[in-house]
Amino acid sequence: MRLYGTFNGTLVIAGLAIIFTLIAPSVFQFFTIITLTQVIGLSILALSLALVWGFGGILCFGQSAFFGIGAYAYSVAAVNIGGSTGSIFIAILAAAIFAAILGYFIFYGKVSDVYLAVITLTVSLILYSLMRRTSGPEYKIGKALLGGFNGTGSPPLNMPGDGSAMLFPMQTFYVSMAILIIAYVFTGWLVTTKFGRVCVSIRENEVRTELLGYDTRLYKLCLFSISSGIAGLGGVLFCVGVTRVTPDVFSLGQSALAIIWVIVGGRMTLIGPILATFVLYFLTSSLGSQQIFNANLVLGIILVVFVLIVPNGVVPTIMNWFERRRAKRYARQKERRMKLRKHRAIG
Amino acid sequence: MARREVVVETRNLSMHFGGVRAVDNVDFELREKELRCLIGPNGAGKSTFFKCLTGQLRPTSGDVVIQDIIMTGRESHEIAGLGVGIKTQVPNLFDGLTAVENLWLSSRRWHGDRRANTLVKETIDRLELGEIRSSIVGSLAHGQRQMVELGMVVAAEPWLVLLDEPAAGMTDEETFKTAELVREINKTSALIVVEHDMNFIRAISDIVTLFHQGSIFMEDKMDVISADPQAREIYLGHKT
Repeated sequence: MRLYGTFNGTLVIAGLAIIFTLIAPSVFQFFTIITLTQVIGLSILALSLALVWGFGGILCFGQSAFFGIGAYAYSVAAVNIGGSTGSIFIAILAAAIFAAILGYFIFYGKVSDVYLAVITLTVSLILYSLMRRTSGPEYKIGKALLGGFNGTGSPPLNMPGDGSAMLFPMQTFYVSMAILIIAYVFTGWLVTTKFGRVCVSIRENEVRTELLGYDTRLYKLCLFSISSGIAGLGGVLFCVGVTRVTPDVFSLGQSALAIIWVIVGGRMTLIGPILATFVLYFLTSSLGSQQIFNANLVLGIILVVFVLIVPNGVVPTIMNWFERRRAKRYARQKERRMKLRKHRAIG
Repeated sequence: MARREVVVETRNLSMHFGGVRAVDNVDFELREKELRCLIGPNGAGKSTFFKCLTGQLRPTSGDVVIQDIIMTGRESHEIAGLGVGIKTQVPNLFDGLTAVENLWLSSRRWHGDRRANTLVKETIDRLELGEIRSSIVGSLAHGQRQMVELGMVVAAEPWLVLLDEPAAGMTDEETFKTAELVREINKTSALIVVEHDMNFIRAISDIVTLFHQGSIFMEDKMDVISADPQAREIYLGHKT
């Protein structure tokens, strides 16, 4: 399997996503379009985890911590500033800077992988408990009440530079898709750069990378921050879609879901986790509307099945299948050509 | 012959593990473009010494000086960052990546994109890795993996090369090829080679350092060492 994906593939998928964006409003119901904005936010969370875990080999179990920080930072900033454009950047920065500080202690303290997973998960749960306790009028940042258990309202997106020109749900959908595509192309590009390749080499063999003269701590820290910034961006779209952010973004369930999306979609790809997010989200929400099966039970079964039967995830498995078929066809052609040549030689 | 500059030096280097003195007060010097082999029986401290040089172990006391900079206890990447190519004892590769990608990662650390690509191509021709260039190195045979790792060293064009058992597990033919390669690397860089294979050492080496019980026992030409009865006893483990 090729581990350095080609950038052309990324662009092709981005093109398909643009087509999807343009035809979606005429295919889906209006309500679905509104829901899609949330799901796009979640899929960016999956994308960020695919980057840091799939390519960097850093199993961040609390990726939703940065997702939640992005959501809260956006909501607080947007209420105070009265506009969404700057607030989006504030949210990305807040998540990235928080990750940089946390990551500094993890990577420069040479904490090993398993502990990293535990630490990030714990940080997420600490934030969960912390935000749940912020009910009451004394907990506010500027004009924004944090709201404890009930969370705080997230203002909708607006036209850049004009805080009063709110975007309609359909426009919000377009903007969200644009952001998803930009984030996807950016990560797709990032993994083909020298930086991205060194991150892959760290995943493959950290000691060796160090012996080649790369400061692996710095590379991991940068990757961790970048991916957290992307997770923060996902948080923004999610809370805009829901119109509210509650401490649940930091919950264990949210963290686990992100891991499941990445496993099911395939952690060596970037598009897999995004697609898995969409499919599993609509699967669980349609299961949630009936009473026969518990949605979480089904999700659990899906995870078990994937880990046992398709451990690489859907997208890499399909890609491998095509690759093998192509290789087989190529081998057959070669054989035929050889036979022909032999024939001629005899004739 | 004019004395060449000392590029690697250890001063009273010691590495203790509990009560075991794996490396004990070693003073060592390597000059520019020198090729030095470290030999010694198992447990003589060669590999520990090597690990202290490459920053994989932090010595208990003493100093490692590379190009007049004290590098004691620095991180591996800082030592490699001086332009030192390192090959560890166990083949240490990016198993999930192809041979070309392995070489590229090594070369790109020092060179721009275009230069790195050229160097990788040259290295592949030079080491005759053409057939396995796109194979995942995790699936290669041991000898081939060793070759890829040597290729990683060559592709970076380091001025100092540290090799820990480059010929281990190779066929005779591969060993011969490696020896030739080591001599060629030596035209442009200094080398320290830790090795067991006596034929290999004879094929490449000028001065040999014999380790015994954590210290340098003697330092001389291979013929002199082989002729020395005490050295023979240490190396072959004869009890007389």
